[in-house]
Amino acid sequence: MADLINVYINEVLVSVPKGTVIVDAAKKLGVNIPVFCYHPKLKPVGMCRMCLVEVGRRKIDRATGQPLLDANNQPEIAWGLKLETGCTTPIEEGMQVRTQNEVVKKAQKDVLEFLLTSHPLDCPVCDKGGECPLQNLTLQFGPGTTRFDYNDKQHLDKHYPLGDIIFLDKERCIQCARCIRFQDEVADDRVLGFYERGRTMQIDTLSEPGFDSKFSGNTTDICPVGALTTRDFRFRARPWEMTHVPSICTHCAVGCNLTLGTRRSARDRQWEILRVMPRQNEDVNEIWICDKGRFGHHFTRSQARLTTPLVRKNGQLAEATWDEAIKLVAERLNVVYGHVVGFIGDRVSNEDAYLFGKLFREGVKTTRIANRPHVAGADLVQKYGVGSGTNLGALGKGTVVLIVAGDVEETAPVYMLRLRAAAQRGAKLIVANARETKMDRYAANSLRYKVGTETQLVYGLLNAVNQGSGIRDQVAAYTPAKVAEITGVPEAEITAAGKLIAEAKDLIVVFGDEQPYDIMVNGQYTDAGRALPQACANLVVATGHAGKANNGLLSLWPHNNTQGVFDMLAANGAQWTPADGLKALYIVGSDPIGEGQTLPKSEFTIVQELFLTETAKQADVVLPALSFAERDGTFTNAERRVQRYYKAIAPLGQARADWEIIRMVGEQLGLKWTHYLTSEGVMAEIAATVPQYSGTEYAALAQVTEAWPPVGSNDLYFGGTAYDNRGGVGVQIKSGVELDGQSEMNWIEPPVPSAESTLHVRQLNRHGTLIDQSAVYQPRLIDAPIEPAQVLKGA
Amino acid sequence: MKTVRSMVLVSNDPLSQARGAQAVYQRLEQEIAARGLTDEISLMTVDDVGRHDTVPMVIVYPEAVIYGPVKPDDVAMLVEEHLYKGRIASGLLAPARELTGRIAWLSARKGTLPAEQRIVLERAGLIDPESIEDYIIHDGYVALGKVLTQMKPTDVIAELEQSGLQGRGGAGFPTGLKWKFVSKAPGDRKYVICNADESEPGTFKDRLVLEGDPHTILEAMTIAAYAVGASEGYIYVRGEYVLAQQRLKKAIEQARALNLLGENIFGSAFSFDIHVHAGAGAYICGEETALIESIEGKRGEPRSRPPYPTTHGLWGKPTLVNNVETLANITAIIRNGAAWFRKFGTPKSPGTKVYTILGNVNVTGLIEVPMGITLREVIAIYGKGMKNGSSLSLAQTGGSSGSIIPASLQDTPMDFESFGKAGVSLGSGALLICDDTTCVVDLAKVLLNFFRNESCGKCTPCRIGTERAYQILANICEGTGTRNDLAQLTMLADSLTALSNCGLGQTAATPIRDMFKHFSGEVDAHIQLKVCPAGVCSMSGRRL
Repeated sequence: MADLINVYINEVLVSVPKGTVIVDAAKKLGVNIPVFCYHPKLKPVGMCRMCLVEVGRRKIDRATGQPLLDANNQPEIAWGLKLETGCTTPIEEGMQVRTQNEVVKKAQKDVLEFLLTSHPLDCPVCDKGGECPLQNLTLQFGPGTTRFDYNDKQHLDKHYPLGDIIFLDKERCIQCARCIRFQDEVADDRVLGFYERGRTMQIDTLSEPGFDSKFSGNTTDICPVGALTTRDFRFRARPWEMTHVPSICTHCAVGCNLTLGTRRSARDRQWEILRVMPRQNEDVNEIWICDKGRFGHHFTRSQARLTTPLVRKNGQLAEATWDEAIKLVAERLNVVYGHVVGFIGDRVSNEDAYLFGKLFREGVKTTRIANRPHVAGADLVQKYGVGSGTNLGALGKGTVVLIVAGDVEETAPVYMLRLRAAAQRGAKLIVANARETKMDRYAANSLRYKVGTETQLVYGLLNAVNQGSGIRDQVAAYTPAKVAEITGVPEAEITAAGKLIAEAKDLIVVFGDEQPYDIMVNGQYTDAGRALPQACANLVVATGHAGKANNGLLSLWPHNNTQGVFDMLAANGAQWTPADGLKALYIVGSDPIGEGQTLPKSEFTIVQELFLTETAKQADVVLPALSFAERDGTFTNAERRVQRYYKAIAPLGQARADWEIIRMVGEQLGLKWTHYLTSEGVMAEIAATVPQYSGTEYAALAQVTEAWPPVGSNDLYFGGTAYDNRGGVGVQIKSGVELDGQSEMNWIEPPVPSAESTLHVRQLNRHGTLIDQSAVYQPRLIDAPIEPAQVLKGA
Repeated sequence: MKTVRSMVLVSNDPLSQARGAQAVYQRLEQEIAARGLTDEISLMTVDDVGRHDTVPMVIVYPEAVIYGPVKPDDVAMLVEEHLYKGRIASGLLAPARELTGRIAWLSARKGTLPAEQRIVLERAGLIDPESIEDYIIHDGYVALGKVLTQMKPTDVIAELEQSGLQGRGGAGFPTGLKWKFVSKAPGDRKYVICNADESEPGTFKDRLVLEGDPHTILEAMTIAAYAVGASEGYIYVRGEYVLAQQRLKKAIEQARALNLLGENIFGSAFSFDIHVHAGAGAYICGEETALIESIEGKRGEPRSRPPYPTTHGLWGKPTLVNNVETLANITAIIRNGAAWFRKFGTPKSPGTKVYTILGNVNVTGLIEVPMGITLREVIAIYGKGMKNGSSLSLAQTGGSSGSIIPASLQDTPMDFESFGKAGVSLGSGALLICDDTTCVVDLAKVLLNFFRNESCGKCTPCRIGTERAYQILANICEGTGTRNDLAQLTMLADSLTALSNCGLGQTAATPIRDMFKHFSGEVDAHIQLKVCPAGVCSMSGRRL
């Protein structure tokens, strides 16, 4: 670490990087300087005055520029006449800070007394009670009594809805502006602000509809009092009643680390999730999650969940025992031996997918398994994806991030926060899309191409970089001038973006699937669908950015385990072949009919599901599966970080984990699978047999590292206990290139859009089977694409 | 160049407008034209002059005669008599009255103020503020020409440092040093800001400069920009100063037309331009960092310092922020030299100071006198003594963020050094002179009411402390204050000063501290005897 500076906090020496503020320097020593408005993830403002400390600086001889020394040869210190805010004052060489003397203690007591005279002290009914910085700091630093009358309190609105989900208690608010600053600085949805001034100053929303942000819930976490509460959690539990269980969000491919606050209800003795909070993982989501992840947990306790196996009798699905259902499944699979096709969704765990692949390979003796046909290029990401050790939170100067054909905010909201922050640290973003997205705000180059011409644009950039040995001849045709003609992006912009890529020390290529092309036809990936991922891979390989940390491909996968399911199926040699002579279908965690697709005709259909979906309604046997919160497992996120989640609540009814159901089927088919007692056992086998997944045993996934800034745990002031990561930070697995050192480029002719080409647009808040179960989130959900149709059409 | 014989002002405040000032103005225009006097007489409107009983008014200079209320039909006679024949139209004269405000100064100024020394106000009231030619004829843009053709930026700063000019916004920071800081701050872009958000109650010194001599501000800002290396300037004008804004904008247009602003000024390599930015009524925006936030389009809240605006100001760039009165000294200093400037005032506080005189004196108004005059002299010479022969009980210097001083300090020279030693703030130069009909506790209550309303709310001590202090003072005024209240008030004052982020919170405690320091007897009477010696407080026995 360059530029370490020595400062003395309460006479103890600490060396910290240049630019560190006093509060953080003290924190390194374990010295708590109390704060309210300061938050390590936000810019300091010095509003609350809680962090006032006494600061001394060395006296400097004006003639020589050297510090003056006293009789003991120690630098003479000039103590400041006034206290200074520790959160805004950067440390200087030789600085002395006193955080505990009488002057400082008095200042701390005074500020707390001021705050408490205007605070309602309704702690007995406050959501924050028990994990409240105001309570904590009052206990540690506050005055025992107040000198002012109690009847001086303001009486204000206690249930003021800022938006559809977030409420403001105006009495509790201490005007620290953390929420405003989060919205401005981190989320970049500037929807909160102060109204009025002085004592009447209050937070209010500036947007219509109110608090219009995908990240609003985070403000309730960082609120240092109970002023901001969610419609979901308010007044439902005291924080100390809850058991906090580490988990992983299942709503997108970022894989945000969660803490599920659970409790066994006194009323019906059922376990339930009361609150979802982010769990600190500086490599993945830091301390943020989006609102969908926070409020989308209600499907785990939905009344509509399947609780018993169902078997079709006399044309109707009727309840059955596990024994009956599994026997029937095995019996039919034996009869149709080999003529089975499996569908598995990309929301299930690695263990589920691995065992499903193994069941087909060993038990059903077929390799005809289809991953759900959502995206193309998982093989390329497996090979050329971001190298192990990649951390979007560390990107800065010298890094170029190219984003093609994807709306980061709508597909992977937390990546938007991370990439925006990277841009603020000096990384250059090249944002290429057919329509405007939020990322354009942070782009060094915004490239707006005609619908369906994204692949040509990528080759135009590659041509501008002037590389691509393996496919040199083909790329040579895509000169910036020609690509400008095809895509409608000005030639100068293509050249400029190409220059950025050529000069990049690190290059990450993020691609999505906002394309007009069908990715899969008759079970086969189409060239049109594979062209863009291949072009992106070619760009990464040609510019020498494959197989290194902070370099490579990053796909905006639509679901939480797209990559992991692909990896598991690939490990079992699964592939799709056309379904002639098909007799049975085995569908796990997938609803093709509900998504408007048609299933191949079959005599017997098995469905493993949480809900009686449209597909399940057509099935002959429906097997009830467990949600992520009721079981253990692992997911592989878009950055190929394998992360572990834990059982948080008791299973509903007789439902069982997908891998367990598959194991039962396997055993019934005569496989010796008794060693798969737990999901841990399955993962141990994956780690042992799948080369890329070596080192992903459960124990390794549960390792935690010391995180900075330290939030949660015993921390006094950066918010609740639930941030604390006790479940592990996961393991980022190696890319294929890192393992074998081999890379190659392949040419797929870029598809040409027609005038009728319509963009497939992904939106976070579209209706869906799982999110529809969250009543609290209903106001946010939308039916149709928001974009005007003409924007989506091709050339 | 036009020289005029008479200057005719038509009052144009809202009330005058409602009573037909516009029609009077038009008739004047017609009548003057009809008599062929257009070239000899300058006709203009004037904003609120502080008198509303006889509006609309027509004021004629140099005689300083006030007519009012004037009806359109009176205009023909007025022009005939006064402007054509040179006789005062006595039938239309405004009734004699105890004059206040700016009118008092206007009517009293002729030949009665021998000790006044005008540097800041050297042209205000003498030239046509809407005519750049008139400004140039009165030595305008001479200083800028000298700076751009004969001086290096370092020379300008050296001259200023030698002059000993201190900031006139209240804090008295050496201006030359501030310019030096900005000039040495690294940065590709720098800014010069003129703080014209004159919101201190009872202060209107800057307004007179802005309305009467706008070009001197433009010229001084351009000189400052040259000295510190800035390329853009902002004048942040108090929102209520509509006329000042109009005149500044007009002056900027005129200066641009003559290439005294814009690209390559005076044919030199130096370019500079100025924008006028109107405030929106927040007192806190007079604080320089809040002002900068406001220009940036944000909520007017003071930043925490360091870093200071000299290195991280507007848009994060080095920024020079000077008060109007400070800038109004610049051109004279450059023209006449630092040594000339040092002839005025005291050795440690050279120059003059503009004071606004308010309160229980016979003549209120605005004066510019050398630094070091005493309050007793101000009251005797310019205030024409205390009203009704009463005696001085207390005075407040420097507006609401200034000090409350007892009569015993009236012989202290008013300069930065002497006042600093006495623990008194010179502040904005407002002098509120009070006799024994003013209750000091009531005054403090009024001031704290002002502060609690104007606190931006950003920092905790100020947001809550000013409110709490006001409540305690209000209770004392209602006769329900207790000893404990006084103890609380003392602690509050200490906390406000020690913990607040900016000057507003830090000085909000000054009235309280001064009250305890100089007027403990009065306070005790409120608490112990439940009596207000001045008979002002209601002592109703209520408790808030």
